[in-house]
Formats: sequence, C-alpha cells, structure tokens
Amino acid sequence: MKAKHQRLTLLVLAIGAVLGAVLLSMSALKDQAAYFYAPADVARKGAPLDRAVRIGGMVQEGSIQRAPDGVTIDFVVHDETEATIPVRFTGIVPDLFKENSGVVAEGRFVPGGLFMASEILAKHDENYMPPELAGDKHKSESLE
Amino acid sequence: MIAEGGLAALWIAAALALLQLAFGSFALRPGGEALMRTVRPVAVVQAIVAALAFLALIQLFLRTDLSVKLVAMNSHSMKPFIYKFAGTWGNHEGSMLLWVTVLAVAGGAVAAFERRLPERTLIATLAAQAAIGLGFYAFLLFSSNPFERLTLAPPEGQGLNPLLQDPGLAFHPPTLYFGYVGISIAFSFAVGALVTRDVGAGFARAMRPWILVAWIFLTLGITAGSYWAYYELGWGGWWFWDPVENASLMPWLAATALLHSVTVLATRDSLRAWTVMLAVVAFSMSMIGTFLVRSGILTSVHAFAVDPERGAFILVLLALYIGGALLLFATRVHTVKEGATFEPVSREGALVANNLLLSAILGIVFVGTLYPLGVEAVTGEKLSVGPPYFNSAAGPVALALVAIMAVGPLIRWRRDKWREVVNRVAVPLLLSAATLFLLILFAPGVGILPLLGLTFAAGTAAASLAPLWGRNMRRTPFFTWGMVIAHLGIAVSMAGMAAESAFTKETLIAARPGETATVGPWTIRFDAVEPIAGPNWTAIQARLTARRGDGEPFLLEPQARMFSSPPTETSEAAIATRLDGQLYTVLGKSDEQGRWQLRLWWKPFVTLIWFGGGYCGCRCWCSSSSWRRWRSAYTRRRTAPSDPR
Repeated sequence: MKAKHQRLTLLVLAIGAVLGAVLLSMSALKDQAAYFYAPADVARKGAPLDRAVRIGGMVQEGSIQRAPDGVTIDFVVHDETEATIPVRFTGIVPDLFKENSGVVAEGRFVPGGLFMASEILAKHDENYMPPELAGDKHKSESLE
Repeated sequence: MIAEGGLAALWIAAALALLQLAFGSFALRPGGEALMRTVRPVAVVQAIVAALAFLALIQLFLRTDLSVKLVAMNSHSMKPFIYKFAGTWGNHEGSMLLWVTVLAVAGGAVAAFERRLPERTLIATLAAQAAIGLGFYAFLLFSSNPFERLTLAPPEGQGLNPLLQDPGLAFHPPTLYFGYVGISIAFSFAVGALVTRDVGAGFARAMRPWILVAWIFLTLGITAGSYWAYYELGWGGWWFWDPVENASLMPWLAATALLHSVTVLATRDSLRAWTVMLAVVAFSMSMIGTFLVRSGILTSVHAFAVDPERGAFILVLLALYIGGALLLFATRVHTVKEGATFEPVSREGALVANNLLLSAILGIVFVGTLYPLGVEAVTGEKLSVGPPYFNSAAGPVALALVAIMAVGPLIRWRRDKWREVVNRVAVPLLLSAATLFLLILFAPGVGILPLLGLTFAAGTAAASLAPLWGRNMRRTPFFTWGMVIAHLGIAVSMAGMAAESAFTKETLIAARPGETATVGPWTIRFDAVEPIAGPNWTAIQARLTARRGDGEPFLLEPQARMFSSPPTETSEAAIATRLDGQLYTVLGKSDEQGRWQLRLWWKPFVTLIWFGGGYCGCRCWCSSSSWRRWRSAYTRRRTAPSDPR
C-alpha cells in the first residue's frame, strides 16, 4: 500500500470512528437523557412513565412524612403554580433537604402520579440552587 | 504590600509573556537570529515571576489578610493551617492563578531542559506557550484579579466550603492542574512543529517525555479526585459521570491516545498529521474542561461562583486558541509528509485501533457532557445525562479498548502473522475463559458489563505481563517496564470497578442504640451516639462495632458535622479498609422515636480502583525522560551505539 493510500484509509477510519461514536451517542441519548419536569410540566404534559426523569421544585411546608421503617419519606414538591408532585424516597436525604427549600430528585413516575425518587441530589451549600430552578424565580438567590 | 507585590508580579509575568511571544516571532523571521538566544531566558524568568505571584497569594491566605477580598470571601482565621494553605486554590481566582502558574512553569521547564528539539522549533513552541499564557494573564488581570483589596476589611472571613476542608484539597487540584495544563506543552510543540514544518520522528521523541509527565499527573489527579469524592460525599460511589468529572476525563482520553500515537511517530515515523491533530485536540479538551468548570455554566462543588462575564471570557480564549490551531493545521497539513507505511496486523495497527477506540470514547463522553447544554440553548428544555447513558454507550467500547490493550504489546512492529499473535495470547485467553466460567458458576446474576469487565481484567493482567516473558529483567528497557506497569494498573483498576459494581452489598436501616445490622459478611452493632467538637465544627458521632464472623471486632465512627462558617452540614463516612474490600458506613438523620438512619456498604475489592490508578500513574517515572536519558548515557558508555527498538 502506498503511503498516500494508507493515510487516506486512516483518515476515513478516524472520521468513521468519531461519527459512529456520535451517532451511537445520539441514539442512546434519545432513550437515556433524563428530562427535567417541574410540577407545572407534569400537570400540562402528564407524567412520563417509560423513562427516568428529574423533577424539581420546592418542598411543601408540612408535607414531609416518615414511613414506619424510618428510612422512607414522603413529601410533596410544588412550584409557583397550583401543581404538585407527591414523591417517595428511601435513603438518607442530603443535609440541606428541608421544607420550603429547593429540591431536585431523580427517579421514575409510577401509575397514579407518585414519583419514586432513586436519588435526591445533594446541595453543596445553602447558596446552591439547582440550575434547573435557578432559571426561574429563584435566580437572585443563587448569585452572591 | 504583599497583595500589591503579587499583582505587580502578575503584570510583569504578563509583560514577559508578551515579550516571549514577540521575541519568539521575530527570531523566526529572516534576520532575527540575534533574538534566538533571548527566548529561553525570558521563558524561565516568566515562570519564576508567575510562581512569585502565586507564592504571594499563598502568603496572604496563610496570614488571613482580610483586607484582600479573595481571602475575606474564602478564608477564616480559625481554619486549620493546612486549609489556609490549600484554600489558596479552593476558589475561582486562586485556582485560575494556579492554572496560569503551572502553564508558565511548564513553559519555563521546556525552556530550561529541552535540548533535543531543533532550536527554531523550540522557539516557536515557547512563543505558542507564551500566547496561551497571555490570554490567561488577561483573564486574571481583567476579570478575576485575586489580589483585589477591600476598602474596609471585615472583622472575620466567610470561611471555606466545608466539603473542600479535607486533605484531598492539598493534593487533588495541583496534581490535576499539572496534568491538565501540562498538556499545553504538547499543544505548543505541535504548533511549533507546524510553524517550522518539522513534524517527524525527532519531534515526537522530544515531545514524548513531556506528554508522559503530564499524563502521569493527570492520572494521579483524577484518581485522587475520585477517591476524595468517594469518601467525602458519603454516597458510596466513586465516579458519578458528573460533567465536572467528564471535564477531567476528556483530556485524559485524548492524552492517552496522544501518548500512544506519539510512540508510533517516535519509533516508526508514522501517523504524523494525526499526532499533531491529537495534540491540538488534547489541549482543546483541557480548555473546554476549564470553561465548563470555571464558567459557572454547571453547578457543582467545583464552580465557585456564577459569573457570565468570566464564562464569556474563557469561551473567547477557547475559540481563539482552538480556532487558531485548527487554522494553522489546515493551512500547514499539506507540508506534513506521509510517514512510513505498515501492515494492518502490526503494533502500529493495534495502536491505530487504540487511538480510534479512545477517540470514539472521547466522542461519546463529549456528546453526553455537552448535550444538555446544547439542548437547553436550542429548545430551552432542561435535561440531564447520567450513568445509564455513559455506562451503556462507553462501556462496550472501553471493553474493546482493553482487549486491544492486552493484545497490542504482543504484536511485532511493521508486520506480524495472525497465527503467531494468537499463540502469544493463548494463556491470557485461557485465563479469561476460566474466570468467566468460574464467575458464571459461583456468582450467578452478575450484570453483563461487570461480568465481562472481570473476565477481560483477568486476561489483560496476564497479557500485560507477557512482554516481560523470557526477557532478562535487568536488561529490559525502562520503556517496556513503564508500559507493562501502566497496562497492569489499568487491568487492576478495571477489576476493582467491575468487582465493586458486581458484588457491593448495601443495607439501609433506622436503628436505636444497642441494635445490630448485617451487611455482606459483617455484623455491625450500633453502640451509641455522642456529640463531639473539632477546630471549626461540631458533630454527632455514632459508635459502631463491626465484626466479621469470629474475627476481632473494631470501632467505626461516622459523623454528621455542622460547620459554623459558612454554616453547613456534611456527613463524614467511616471507612474500614481490609485486604478484600472496604466497609463504608454513613450516619443519617434521627427521628422522633430515637432511631438513627444508618447506611452500610460492603464493597469487595473497591480499593483496587485507586490502587490501579495510582500504580498506573507512579509507574511511568520509569520511562520518563530522566531515566531514559540516564540509561542512554549509560549504554553509550558501555556498548556501541544502539537503538533499543
């Protein structure tokens, strides 16, 4: 094989590898990207049952309830609209999880509208605001 | 005065960088030979002055000089000494100053020690390094001045984010930056060689040790960061596919590909244009990582402040450098001659496959990391991409890569025969098959990815040792030793990852003092909770007595800490390390009935992940430049001139 041909082959292979990776990524992303839903989005579009999603909003005052097993909690997430999402989570909640405070949870909806959270995202300090929420009414809080 | 001195040093360093760029550019023109000898000293002095500016900032933090805005915002007089010191880079301005200092020091080191590169190419390299430096000096001076004074000094500082108050802060950021920013050297070498039309084997031989050193630091920095996140966050995970983690992984993938392609270029004079391209890509990934982390576009513990102006500044620098380098590449690539050819079944062929697979993983990680940003910019819809995507898309490609890694070193350069290659990998193949068989027999229900991971790790570990087979150990070149150790480190690390995800046991309970719980082979008694105080925190501490079978019981004390400044709670996991894994315990919240949440994990062989990573990183001192130089001087004295390959 001539040097020139080899170079061309390698170029084609390289472009193929990167393009293949990008195509593979895009198709995987279609199924596996977790979309963000605020309570208002769920009320408008309905709860997606077939995939993992993220939800976020404020934890409603007086809504945190512990189950008898001591490690499961139920709470309600609301936003500035009337809409709410009931959430159930088993595990240790992050240190700054409390009522009237922002929260983002990852998990799945089950039929009936309950959101089974697999993870409550930790806040790193009290100034932290999930980027998904910071865009809305809480923007001023997230800045110094 | 220290702050003013530091600021002055920063301005002088910036001026020296400008001088270095100007001298370098003129020296390369006809008639500029007189300036040739000035560039190296200027680069060295620039490095020294930049280091002085950084030392000034460290001094301000050590003294807790609250009239300096940065110190007042991020430090506290009651903070332990080590965090005053390491806190210097635990904030945006300080970490960018560290970035620039490492950049200048790397350039200075090249100026001081690089002797193999033709002088003209070296001058062009230093000019390119100065051009990068100049942009980042401007960034610091105009939008992130670390030495800014306050008109009125507050009585006390605001303190450092408690999550960062950990010995890891002293180690992880500097090592990571040495790797991250050290890759700039590869970029500058590539630009220099393109400018002087000097891309070839000699250029690659000069560049390789520098890439290797950067790669070592990057590997150690990522390993350290992963372990830090593992024990500090208390989530029991060691890699979260967080965009910030990906920002360090992407340059690592590119640098790993570069390290291999530069070896091909150095030994066989093939893959010339590709190597240059990879050098540009590798540093682009560092810059993109810096942009992602520092712009505040992502919210994480690494993004210290949200400021759109800074993000825009870095984005402009990014476009300028990457765009400039790609333009140079496009206009000069035709001057890069084709190198030597090779057969598909050859060491070169395996290394090309390595490069293609690494590029594919890089593409997958890149798309996954930037996709949420892109979608939000275009449609305004918010989404996140997490472990399910990365594991399922990058996992299989990574397995293929590891297979190539096992076989590659056993193939001859230039051309080889399939049959002979298969003979050479027979033992590792059998070992893999045996592992697979045993796993299916004794550990049913293990997921496909961890199962294949363990299988491949066993074969690869054996195959990575195979190049030593039948060699006189004392006469084996350091180059070979380095490769063997690094590949073995990857196999060990992969075994740890697969074992962790296959065999981890987890228990989550709410328990009263006096109750017991079990996790895996361990029985854990919850003795008591007690209050405890540290230098700048108070905590609730649980006393757990853990015991395996009839073994000796021992104490574990996970804490929930409350820091006073800034007021923050963190949980400190208690981890017991045993030869065959780690017992990881976290204390959660209490409820009205006097029960405490306890989260317990038994993670078999999880330590192998960081052991392999650290080992892989430490190895390469064997094959880095000083050793090789010593060795070549040694062999030259002893024998006739010889080429180890």
